[in-house]
Amino acid sequence: MNQIEGKVFIFGDNIDTDQIYPGRYLELTEPQDIAAHVMEGADATFPSKVSPGAIIVAGKNFGCGSSREHAVITLLAAGVRAVVARSFARIFYRNAINRGLCVVEIPELDLSKVKDGHEAVIDIENGVMAFSNGCEFVFVPFSEHILEILKAGGVISLYRSKMKER
Amino acid sequence: MHALEKLLAKASGKTRVKPGEIVEAEVDLAEVNDLYLQVIKSFYEMGGTKVAHPEKIAFVFDHYSPPPTIKAADNQRQMREFCEKMGIKMLFDVGEGVCHQLLAESGLVGPGEVVIETDSHTTTLGALGTFATGVGATDLAIILLTGRLWFKVPPIINICLDGKMSDFIMAKDIILHVLGKLKQDAAIYKAIEFTGSTVSSIKMDERFVLCNMSVEMGAKTAYIQPDEVTFEFLGDQGSEIENFEVFTTDDDFNYFESYYVDVRNLSPQVALPGSVDNVCGIEQVEGIPISQVFIGTCTGGRLNDIKIASEILKGKHVAKNVRCIVIPASKKILQEALKRGYVQTLLEAGAIFVTPGCGPCLGAHEGVLAPGDVCVSTSSRNFPGRMGSTKAFIYLASPATAAASAANGKLTDPRKLL
Ligand code: SF4
Repeated sequence: MNQIEGKVFIFGDNIDTDQIYPGRYLELTEPQDIAAHVMEGADATFPSKVSPGAIIVAGKNFGCGSSREHAVITLLAAGVRAVVARSFARIFYRNAINRGLCVVEIPELDLSKVKDGHEAVIDIENGVMAFSNGCEFVFVPFSEHILEILKAGGVISLYRSKMKER
Repeated sequence: MHALEKLLAKASGKTRVKPGEIVEAEVDLAEVNDLYLQVIKSFYEMGGTKVAHPEKIAFVFDHYSPPPTIKAADNQRQMREFCEKMGIKMLFDVGEGVCHQLLAESGLVGPGEVVIETDSHTTTLGALGTFATGVGATDLAIILLTGRLWFKVPPIINICLDGKMSDFIMAKDIILHVLGKLKQDAAIYKAIEFTGSTVSSIKMDERFVLCNMSVEMGAKTAYIQPDEVTFEFLGDQGSEIENFEVFTTDDDFNYFESYYVDVRNLSPQVALPGSVDNVCGIEQVEGIPISQVFIGTCTGGRLNDIKIASEILKGKHVAKNVRCIVIPASKKILQEALKRGYVQTLLEAGAIFVTPGCGPCLGAHEGVLAPGDVCVSTSSRNFPGRMGSTKAFIYLASPATAAASAANGKLTDPRKLL
């Protein structure tokens, strides 16, 4: 969990949860069904392009809009390992951490310098993201609280062990 | 300290809190809507067997209500069973209305409370002096398990609204105007407090709209200091004011940011398709032909909204080739609108009524849009595909503008119709 490596997919500002996972599919409850519509509202070809290990790179306010946890479930189930953005909407951010999806906020991220298809390495511990074209961006590493949840693979496994201890 | 900080401090057993601090607060009321079967799944996945405080939990079936598909119906069935098994009595079943409005009417929500729902527009309830915010399924499941949840204390932005609005200008116009100025990411992780002479002079129906759409700026919560208007509303819902604690903000409190908005000369505002913060005055879009009008939702389906729409459409008829769909935000509103004759007036004008609930707001059913459809909606979101096809166009506007546009079959300034 200290390093995440993968292929980059670029998106713009204000990618809302309706674009990540359209409301008309909210009745679905199984991860593999949910994965079939990943990012469909932003790029209809994404579900066929995405491969396990993908890293989504976006602009400001990623995940704004509705509180649907489907938005995180769809990304995880489709194999997305991390989302990197200049900023995140708060409910999406909480949902992602809770389900163990790595979300990295890099306010200085310059989308004009990176391209779809680049490879990238995210160094979680030291707060550095390096792209295959040589571009590097730094970020503030996670707080203890968040790191504990991410390392447990999400809040569900964390609580499961807590409940057992009781 | 700010009233909201005092509220959060009390809920987490502290005397002081400051922005950025993480606190674990006792939740007074938590609500799950019918999109969130995942709450129950997460609850069991975490090893849950018993809900900590069943009397503080509500379930509301509003987004798919009545269920349009077998899957949606089955999700609701599983939720009913869960409520039965866990001793959760507050189940607002099909047709009761939209969660935020139902909780506001329940008499259970008031000043000083911590209210958490599985829905981003929970900020609506901040209009009652409540700390109210939305979370996802797993966070809500943690509340089911423990009765508590962690929060980061937000910095607070003050938006002072000043002046008297002209006729047929509504709270929706104000909040669209503010959104257009401050933009979608203005308040991420922050709280917004609305103050000023405009806020004092408007009723709860309109105050809810301001707080509701604050989340469109990313706000974690919104807040309006409780006053006589709040207490009168709470009284009407049958709640005892003494059950609530009203916190007040210290005189020396410093806001993170402050904005002043003069509403005196505001014209009807419209958010252009695709983005809630791309806002202009009606003058710039008047005359664009439309195919659907939607008056409803937790933003624009309250009694005052239906009243204004019926006043505008009285004696007129919805234009040919336009569907005008009206969905009261709750059954109580529907009944009151019936009693006062608004329903009759709107039906005579050619409007269509649908069961209280979310309806087409999230593109689920009861009026979804086809490619090429142009809709004027009183709802809060117009992202691509929100109400159906990604190739449909959604203009967000006030109920007055929506009704006037329905009558004319094109985007219309309501002030010109009368
Ligand atoms: S009416 Fe629309 S915005 Fe309100 S809770 Fe329902 S889907 Fe969400």
